[in-house]
Amino acid sequence: MSDLLLKTFDNEENEAIPELNVGDDVSVHVRINVGQRNERTQLVRGTIIRLRNSGNNRNFTVRRIATNGIGVERTFLLNSPRIEKIDVQRHAYVRQANLYFLRDRTGKSARLRERRVY
Amino acid sequence: MKGLLGVKLGMSQVFDENGVVTPVTIIQAGPCYVTQIKTEETDGYTAVQLGFGEVKEKRLSKGEKGHLGLLAPDKKHPHRKQVNGVTAVRHLKEFRTKDISEYEVGQTLNVEQFEIGDKVDVSGRSKGRGFAGVVKRYGFAGGIKTHGQSDRWRAPGSIGATSGTGHVFKGKKMPGHMGSQRLTAQNLEVMRIDPERNLIAVKGSVPGAKGALVTIRQAAKG
Repeated sequence: MSDLLLKTFDNEENEAIPELNVGDDVSVHVRINVGQRNERTQLVRGTIIRLRNSGNNRNFTVRRIATNGIGVERTFLLNSPRIEKIDVQRHAYVRQANLYFLRDRTGKSARLRERRVY
Repeated sequence: MKGLLGVKLGMSQVFDENGVVTPVTIIQAGPCYVTQIKTEETDGYTAVQLGFGEVKEKRLSKGEKGHLGLLAPDKKHPHRKQVNGVTAVRHLKEFRTKDISEYEVGQTLNVEQFEIGDKVDVSGRSKGRGFAGVVKRYGFAGGIKTHGQSDRWRAPGSIGATSGTGHVFKGKKMPGHMGSQRLTAQNLEVMRIDPERNLIAVKGSVPGAKGALVTIRQAAKG
């Protein structure tokens, strides 16, 4: 029964989405509404701190540090047609599924060790 | 009449082309068979009876098999009528309708009778909550936990006055059995239809547990 539910509707793969991992530095190109009618593409750059990669509600959360050192988190739905492209810039060596500990850290301690993929 | 019996599979979400997310309930509905047509002459009212759900034929009583037209006539029962197209079904439900002329016994109905954008009513038996208190059952606020109070935090408070009324009003909201009753969610929009897998997605939630029988019909107040 759950199998039927998972494969229900709107599950065509969005080819603009590469394989994502927790800890990846990504830039997400997402379409946003400007005013009533206009649309433009916004670029959100940050670290994936959470990845929920199953079901129809697949999503991930990107954390970035905005000006004045304020942490900003934004969650994107992977099945959403608003996502135009995702670039993965860097992989990181992580031991947790969710990197919530980054919220308590700033500066040097908030870095992740790079994991090079050849 | 547009009507169908189905099984609630669970909830999910769908996107439109602008990326707007809509929560939906996915129902596996049909195929349903018309098993009986009730007419003014024989029954005093008009309705269409639909059958739904797979069941082994040996699980049905002989009376049920006869009703579905699964028994062949023999010497002892020469008036039995066999019906083509009907298989053994688990559930039977009537749909009151005036236009019975469009239907005939043995006909198959599926989700294709609905279109995306249609409004439907979905009925089902809500989840049973057992003997529930007034906080859960009616949303009472309960009492306070602190300031010297004991065992008052989910209490109903006063249920009436003494002099003047002298009794508790009829219909006063009290603890009691909650849930497990037939409820209808009205005017739900049909968001998606998949005739191949007999799936239909309606906007919003629907009464009942996953795997429970629900009836879908054209919205009465649409």
